[in-house]
Amino acid sequence: MNTLTNARSKPSFGTPELLFMLSVGVLVIVVAVPMLLIFFNAFWVDGHFNIADVVKVLQRKETYQALLNSLILSGGVTVTGTLVGTFFAWLVTRTDLPFKKTMKLLFLVPFMLPAFIGALAWKMLLSPRAGYINRLFMDVFGFDNPIFDIYSYAGIILVETMYLFPFVFIQVSGALERMDPTLEESARISGADLFTITRKITIPLVLPSILSGALLIMLYSMAHFGTVAVLGVETGIYNIPVLIYEKIHQSAGSFDSIRTATVLATVLVITAALILWLQNRVLSKGKYQIIAGKSFRPTELKLRGLRIPMLIVCIVYIGLTIVLPTATIFLVGGLKTYGLPFDLENMTWANYNHILFEWDLTRDSIWNSITLGLASALITMFAGVIISYVIVKMKVRGKGILEFLGMLPFSVPGSVIALGVILAWSGKFGINLYNTVWIILVAYIARYMAFSLKANSAALEQVHDSLVEAARASGASMAQALRDVVVPLVRPGMVAAFFLIFLPALRELTVSVLLYGPTTRTIGVAIYTLNEDGETVYSAALAGIALIIIVLGEVLIKRLVTSKNGA
Amino acid sequence: MASIEIKGISKRYAGRTILSDLSLELRDGECFTLLGPSGCGKTVLLRLIAGFEAPDSGRILIGGDVVADADSGEMLPPDKRSLGMVFQDYAVWPHMTVFDNVAYPLKLAGIDALELKARTMRTIELVGLTHLDQRLPSQLSGGQQQRVALARALVSEPQLLLLDEPLNNLDANLREEMRFEIKALQQKTGVTILYVTHDQEIALGIADRIAVMDEHGNLRQIGTPEEIYEYPRDDFVFRFLGIANFLPLRREGDTLRVGQSSEVWTGMQPDKEGNMLTAGFRPSDVVLSRDGAGLPGTIRRASFLGAQFDYLIEIAGTLIRAALPSHVCIAHGLLFSEGDSCRVTLATVQWFEGQIVAAEKV
Repeated sequence: MNTLTNARSKPSFGTPELLFMLSVGVLVIVVAVPMLLIFFNAFWVDGHFNIADVVKVLQRKETYQALLNSLILSGGVTVTGTLVGTFFAWLVTRTDLPFKKTMKLLFLVPFMLPAFIGALAWKMLLSPRAGYINRLFMDVFGFDNPIFDIYSYAGIILVETMYLFPFVFIQVSGALERMDPTLEESARISGADLFTITRKITIPLVLPSILSGALLIMLYSMAHFGTVAVLGVETGIYNIPVLIYEKIHQSAGSFDSIRTATVLATVLVITAALILWLQNRVLSKGKYQIIAGKSFRPTELKLRGLRIPMLIVCIVYIGLTIVLPTATIFLVGGLKTYGLPFDLENMTWANYNHILFEWDLTRDSIWNSITLGLASALITMFAGVIISYVIVKMKVRGKGILEFLGMLPFSVPGSVIALGVILAWSGKFGINLYNTVWIILVAYIARYMAFSLKANSAALEQVHDSLVEAARASGASMAQALRDVVVPLVRPGMVAAFFLIFLPALRELTVSVLLYGPTTRTIGVAIYTLNEDGETVYSAALAGIALIIIVLGEVLIKRLVTSKNGA
Repeated sequence: MASIEIKGISKRYAGRTILSDLSLELRDGECFTLLGPSGCGKTVLLRLIAGFEAPDSGRILIGGDVVADADSGEMLPPDKRSLGMVFQDYAVWPHMTVFDNVAYPLKLAGIDALELKARTMRTIELVGLTHLDQRLPSQLSGGQQQRVALARALVSEPQLLLLDEPLNNLDANLREEMRFEIKALQQKTGVTILYVTHDQEIALGIADRIAVMDEHGNLRQIGTPEEIYEYPRDDFVFRFLGIANFLPLRREGDTLRVGQSSEVWTGMQPDKEGNMLTAGFRPSDVVLSRDGAGLPGTIRRASFLGAQFDYLIEIAGTLIRAALPSHVCIAHGLLFSEGDSCRVTLATVQWFEGQIVAAEKV
């Protein structure tokens, strides 16, 4: 006992403790303080805790309506997205659909496309009066009314479904691929028909994956700003993030509107936490051993006469959700004036030329997004690798706090992070970053830290302790062991983290739209505000440029990742 | 080359004592094996010597220099202890070629390029990996990775080589081959080796001296392989070095009787006092006959294992195992079947005081 107390009482403040304190410090400033300020502002009125006021805010018609809309929209998207995702997942894994592999890749493309750009395209196609499709039907086919009004609950749900269904698609197709086919075969031998097998064996086994994907859709849709903001504004449909945006933006920091925003943010955080908790439960319950990491060759259902019709369904779906909106964006971006028919004489390169080389606003936005993306990706990558190192490798007490703080933003919607950053960095603590590019950077770092921690922790866990110890035994100092062994082995994880942050940051809208100032628009903000201001063709042209940058980035990361794995 | 002195070392983890007041000395240039069951703290001791752990009390000296002292808090980091170490999982760096792995210690030592290349290639040759120097570890078999780890540990000609169950994951043939190679290397280079293992066969085969450690981290016996095997200090050591038979005896006046029965012990007389004794012996110490002198036994199970017959025999309520060379059985008509009766005599007996129950099933 004596020796134990002796050993403990020795003052031990070495590198591990220093790194630990540093990591905690960074996360507290970047993550914890903004979050706490939101709760503080929501529940603390005139120096004391006040829950009655919170209830009062929630009972207001607009808050109540925003909550209701969020529920309707995310509920609707969850149902449709899950159905669509599960159906296509089954189709590409368990049937003899032609070109299955290609189809599978194509179904993942919507993940790359920013939903608000999709919303923009669909607005151009299906807005009740000006939408090209609606006009086609009214002008050419003589319809009296537009065939579809995209400015509606159904319209918003439809567009969000197109871009969020991959959450379910990925989870379910993965589970179906890894499921041992002998499970189904043995049921077959026991005398069950295909319908019974599907009902009694297949669906129960993939249900956890379906549910987990569905909850991800719900989480994302709850926190989603862009689509609702673009499509809901005309008819007054708004959800919680949109209302937070309006509160912050339009009432220029009055106490009441900030309070309302913090209360809304609190509701959003609690909902998100609930969804993630549910997802965790579903996943831990559903961890059947039978869905192993191994890849099996699953039994395929013969579609027979339905083979070609099903292929056509897939092609039409992909055509409608990917090709049509993307083409619309580029074509509208090339129009001389919005609303003109797509004739060659109406097309021009001038818009692209203007936004790329002439107009400060758009040029700045591209520059801002690229520098912000690079800076946040680099900072988060390096901070993430250090913090992950402390979490994974070091024996210091209380590193659970680090893990919690780092992963927290993962469950916190972007608008909440932005709001927290506004509260923390608008001069309250002597530093006022409001309206500067720095406040966006801070928010990006908070938002994307979890990405970096995930990628780096995964890489670090592969680096067994004995590899470092072997270097030490070979005569390497700790620094040399890190340089020669740990860093080279973690580099792929760091590269992955970089791109996991850089690409989403490039197209970020939800956070930056709350934080931008006159000269600090990002690409997302510029596209959004141009569209708001009626500059539709420039908005589309910029969206087209954004799509090109995003796709190039995605291709580049695929190249890098596969060549790393190949070596 | 270096001696190691371990003086009164204690180590705890999460309130659990792993080692307490342990002292041990390794002579310069010897191959010393630390033998013990898994989880007994032998790896911890190795890590203490390497400098990956600091002792809670006690001192460690390598080559006469203090490398760790709990009282003064002195602690030489692993990279300053000039040792070579082979880890249980090899710990070959996956992003470096064989050459780079082996050359790394020399690179750190600042050896100039020409000599570095020569020495690295020489060591690679020594462990039999010539022509594989540009391979990545992922392109090597487990045994080859093992050799890379060994070469890396040897290349800088350390005073001390620490081996942590390095042959564990190898198949039987390769294990034997590597065992001979390590021994040969040690004789060639004169390095002091501390070899940690739970495999008594490797320990007996490779060591100049062996220390047997029990599951509580206490050293039970230190000695040459022959001493340990032939003169185990207690039943733990005896049991740990091979299949052990224990036959309980009780003293009634001048006679010894077997177990609870009235059967009289006719074998050699014990060198121990006491009313309760246990005779320990190996399966190979058992001599069987159909009749004549010896304890009466009944064959309970007979299995043919090729080179030998393995019999399970009941003597006065106790089960023992006997291993007889096949050619002896055939030449002397000792092919028993289950239920046959036999006579048992013992070539050698280890005497232990008190009643010892064989822990594992025979």
